[in-house]
Formats: sequence, structure tokens, C-alpha cells
Amino acid sequence: MSVLNGVSYGLLLFMLSAGLTLIFSMMGVLNFAHASFYMLGAYFAYQVSEWTNYWVAFVVAPILVAVMGGLFERYVLRKTHKSGHVAELLVTFGLSFVILELVQLIWGRSAVDYKVPAALDGSLFKLFNSSFPEYRAFMMLVAVGMLVSLFLMLKKTRIGLVIQAALTHPETTEALGHNVPRVFAMVFAGGCALAGLAGVIGGNAFITEPGMAQAVGAIIFVVVVVGGMGSLAGALIASVLIGLMQTFAVGLDWSFLGGLSALGIDVTPDTFGYPVWKLKLSQIGPILPYLLLVVMLVVRPKGIMGTRDD
Amino acid sequence: MKISLKASAIAVAVSFLAAGVANAQNVKVAFIEGMSGPFGGVGQNQLKHFQYAAERFSGKQANSGVTVEIVPMDSKGSPQEALALLKKATDEGIHFVTQGNGSNVAGVLIDAINKHNERNPGKEVVFLNYAAIDPDFTNSKCSPWHFRFDAGSDMKLEGLTNFMMDQKDIKNVYIIGQNYSHGQQVSKFTKEFLAKKRPDIKVVGDELHPMGQVKDFAPYIAKMQAANADAVVTGNWGSDLALLIRAANAAGFKGKFYTFYAGVIGTPTAIGAAGADRVEMVAYWHPNSAQSQFESIYTGFKAKFNEEFYTVAAVNAVRFLVASVEKAKSTDAAPVARAMAGMKMKGASGEDIEMRASDGALQQALYVVNWTKAGGPGVKFDAENTGYGFQTVRYLMPSQAARPTTCKMPKRI
Repeated sequence: MSVLNGVSYGLLLFMLSAGLTLIFSMMGVLNFAHASFYMLGAYFAYQVSEWTNYWVAFVVAPILVAVMGGLFERYVLRKTHKSGHVAELLVTFGLSFVILELVQLIWGRSAVDYKVPAALDGSLFKLFNSSFPEYRAFMMLVAVGMLVSLFLMLKKTRIGLVIQAALTHPETTEALGHNVPRVFAMVFAGGCALAGLAGVIGGNAFITEPGMAQAVGAIIFVVVVVGGMGSLAGALIASVLIGLMQTFAVGLDWSFLGGLSALGIDVTPDTFGYPVWKLKLSQIGPILPYLLLVVMLVVRPKGIMGTRDD
Repeated sequence: MKISLKASAIAVAVSFLAAGVANAQNVKVAFIEGMSGPFGGVGQNQLKHFQYAAERFSGKQANSGVTVEIVPMDSKGSPQEALALLKKATDEGIHFVTQGNGSNVAGVLIDAINKHNERNPGKEVVFLNYAAIDPDFTNSKCSPWHFRFDAGSDMKLEGLTNFMMDQKDIKNVYIIGQNYSHGQQVSKFTKEFLAKKRPDIKVVGDELHPMGQVKDFAPYIAKMQAANADAVVTGNWGSDLALLIRAANAAGFKGKFYTFYAGVIGTPTAIGAAGADRVEMVAYWHPNSAQSQFESIYTGFKAKFNEEFYTVAAVNAVRFLVASVEKAKSTDAAPVARAMAGMKMKGASGEDIEMRASDGALQQALYVVNWTKAGGPGVKFDAENTGYGFQTVRYLMPSQAARPTTCKMPKRI
């Protein structure tokens, strides 16, 4: 059960970070507003599913997010591109606040009732005495589907070829008659669509509220750094790793205290540093990814699958 | 003669004017709260409670010469930011501060206010705590400048375990909380009270998780199911409770939740129909409490903001402040604090409430309520348009809910 929970959470993280790492490897822009597009996806899906139904929202919401991402790239990001990376970073940083305020203005500051569709609202199977929700299986299915199609598109199609060429040799690609800025806009929009799609399926699995962008924002940067900047495969490994790590940490009540008493050392509340010794792994579980980030940057700064050596 | 008459006329006019000024007193209250960040939604919602309470219970609408003005200051939920804002408030000459979300923040504010008041005689500050329920604040760390309008977690757990004591189907209890003073206190008192009242109940889990960090509670629920828990006691609030219950619903967890904050904004939506008759809450008020005097406040708030009204502590803080300023005939902190200590009033359901002078804890009634289908008897109002609402399953009079205090209150100046 823990494996399934961990993998499904990890795959959702991957959907989020795939777009981010794609945009980063293409354009060298670390998109601070990426998690905001995730939030937009969830809110759009909520709104559309209120008007029509979930399946319409499932298709429409990512497209809407992609359009917004594309417009942002075309009219804002491209203009700041010539001012360098710091300006690009700042403009996406600003955008994240604009989106946050807009969401709060339109949908309010509290959580909205974005429900799992009735067709998927049940348990798929029972293991021991806990049941595995259908919706989690659906999440995994979508993520894997996205992973496969993304891989096929990048490796097997002409578009993927152009994207990869533009990534490494933009001038040459341009000289060959391809519209590189348009490729960039497409990648940016595509990355945003992925974040939007993650929002569509993550928003009702967890919660749709203005704080949701901030909540995942930090962790997807961890994924991208640990996986290796710009590496899709690395992002996948890192996401699943972090998902599993967090899930398993919760299930384990290990602590230094237990370890020390197993070794025959008696630790009492009077022992020096007791609050540290009694900390259980389950308590520090959620900060483990950040620990991993620090360790990774020290040991292997380019990440698991990173290729950048600078 | 003519001149002296004129002079006396002026003197009379001046004295009338002065009386007029004394009658119309403006009291600023700094509302220091996290209004952005993981619990920003809750803070924003609480601000509306205070603004609405100030509008209804002070100034013109309340027929009072005392007008309360709420000055919002966003601490982002951080103790450091809250301290900086406290400094800002005192620099601006504000003598009254309110905060509630997070006993970790309240704790540093109490310490800082004690120090400030010692060093700045005549410019003291009073802390109106509306929701930080660490029992230490009215016991070992009690202060003459601190007044709490919520019920302490020891009081609440006494009420909640009294109800749990009679639920014969409870065998295995799982305790889960946010890893800070409040969550730790809930865990401590739950174990202590249950051991006394129902020694046959086993505590099968005692978990603390980082506050506001966990987005996926599924692993925690799996752990509860593996431990065969049939009841969960949690002091979680905001998204930490909403996500916990949502994950429990998704995983088909069948146990009951014994909570403090199921009524807080966003949480009723997350509980929804799946949580019917499976979520209990202990609270000092709820909209379906019998003969609720505050029904018009509840409906008025909902009409104005389209959000639920539940923080009666905000209303009580404003009511006690206004009455204390009227009684003290001053807006200075020291005389107002003296007036507030021991003050008695009628509570939201007509019960007698008292700001106990010995520890600064408001003595009030408590309800244990059950989340159930609205519309039936005793469940007039639903919450957040879910079709479900809270129904009283146990009522404790203020005298029954009262807890002794170990506070050695320093002398009030």
C-alpha cells in the first residue's frame, strides 16, 4: 500500500516537474510561476466541471493553461529575454504573485469544493484493511500516459527532433529555417499544460486553495535539482524517489532512541539532547526531500541524470 | 460680571466638549495574524470575524461610545514577523493586540508583551488571545496582560474525552497532531484523560507531523488502518485537518474523528457527505447550539461574506474590550486589564461567562457536536453549503467545563 501511495504521489510530482525541467532545459528559464500554473489548472478544472462535467474540464483546463502560458511567453518573457536570466527569473516570480492574487480575487481565499468525479470515487481494491482509491489509480494512469507520449513525441517525431535541435544548437536550427522562438513558445505552453494537467488531477485528490501553489512550489524545485537540471528521466526518478521516501518515512517509527536502546544504551528524558534522540523518522519525513536536496548539491551537484557541468 | 459670565459659558462648553471626547473613544486593536502562507485563508477569515464583531458590538450599532478599530497586520504565521509587528503596533501607540492561530506565535507574543510592559510603564499592551489554546498560557506561563477567549485544550479535551468515555465502540485510539506546542499538548492530555476515564482503550498511535507541510495524508491513514484504529483524536486545524479527513474518506477509513476545528473555513467542504456521523468536534459554540443568541450574527456574517461564522471568541473579545473600556473610563491598557479581570457577561447561548481573574481564561460552555445531515431537528444550519452541519451531542455548562489552574498571577498594576 505504501508503495502504491508513494508511487502515485511521485508520479504527480513528476507531471509537475516534467514541465518545469522541459522549460528549463529548453530556454534556461527557471520558471518560478510553474506551480502557479498547477494551481490555475486546478481552479480552471473546478470551474469548468461546475459548468459542465469533469471530463470536459480534464481536456479544457490544460488547454486554457497552455494558452495562458503561451501568451505569457510571447508577450512578456520573450521581451525580457534580452535583459538576461535575472530579468526572466524576476518576471516569472512576479507572475506567480499576480496569479495568486487573481485566483484569490476570483475564487476567494478559502478552498473550493472541487470533487473527484462520481465515476472514479470509489475503492479499486482492498489490501489488508485499507482500500486503494480508484482516483489514485487514475492519477497514476494519466501520469504514465503522459510520460510515454512525452517520450515518444521527443524521441520519435519531427517536432521532438526540432525541439531537441533547438535546445542544443538554436542558431543552426534557425538557419535551417525553423522558427526557434515559436518552438520556445510551444515548449513553454506545453510545459504549462503539463502543470495544468497535474492541477486538474491533483486539485481534487488533495485540495484546491490559494496556498496550493506555494505548497508544491518548493518540492518541485527539489525534484528538478535532485533529478538533474533539464533531465526528464532524472525528474522521473527523483519524483518517484521523493514520493516513496515521504510515504515510507511516515510508516516507520524509527528513532535514535530506539536504535540506542537496542545497543544497550539507556536514554532518558534527562539525557543531553533528548528532544533530538526521540525524534521519529515519521516526524521528519516531510523535510527529508530538502535534506536530500542539500546532500545532493554537496555530493553530486549536477543531479542524478544531469549533464550540465558548469 | 459680563466677562465672568462669558468665561463660565466657555468653561461649560469646554467641559461638555471634553465629556463628548471622553464618551466617543476610539480603541485600536492590532490584529497580528498569518494572512498569507499555508494558513492564510484561515487568517483572512478570522480578520473578517473581528471586523464584523467590531462593527456590530462597538460604536454606533452597539449604542456605545467606544468604537473598536481593527488594524490588520500580516505575520505570515511566523513568530519572528509577529514580534516585528508587535513592535510596530506599540510604536504606533496601539495598546491592544489580538492573535490566535498558532500557540507558537502566541507564546512569543506573551513573553514580548510581558517584557515590554515591564520596561514601558504607562504604555502597556494587553493581549486578547482568541484561539491559541496551549494550557500553559493560563497555568505556568500566565500573565496579567493575557486574556484568552477560546477554551484551553485541557478544557476542550476534558469535554471531548467525557463524551468518548461513553462511546462503548471505541477500542483503539490514534492520536495525530501538528508538531508544535498545541499538537503536543493535545497528545499529552488525551493520553492522560483516557487513562483515567477509559483505561481499557488502547492508544495505538501517537503521531506528530510538521505543520502545514504535508499535502498527502494517505500514508498516515494507511498507518491508522494498519493499527486498527477506530477513533482518531486530532488538534489539527486549517488545511492540515481538511487534507487529513479528505485522505481518510478517499482510503475508506471507517474510524471516527474527534476534532477541535472541524468548523474552520474549508474543512466542512473537505469532510462533506463522506464524513457524515464520523466527525465529532468540541467547541465553545456552533450555529446549531440551542437558543443561540448569535443566530443573527451568524446569518448576517454569511450574508455579508458568504463564509461561515464560527469564531465567537472574536465577538467576545470585542464585547469584553468595549465593556472594560466603558467600565475603566480609559483606553489605557492597565485600567482596562484591571476592569476585564473578573468581568461577567451573558454568553452566546445565554449562559453566564466570566473572565476568570486568577488566570485570564474565559469560563464558558462547551459543546461536543456531531457532523450530520442538516435540516432535521437540532441541525437548522448546514456548513459551507454542504447539506451537512453540526448537532449538539453533549453540552457542558461553564461550571462543568471549568478546569483548575496552577497560575500564580502576578499582581495587576
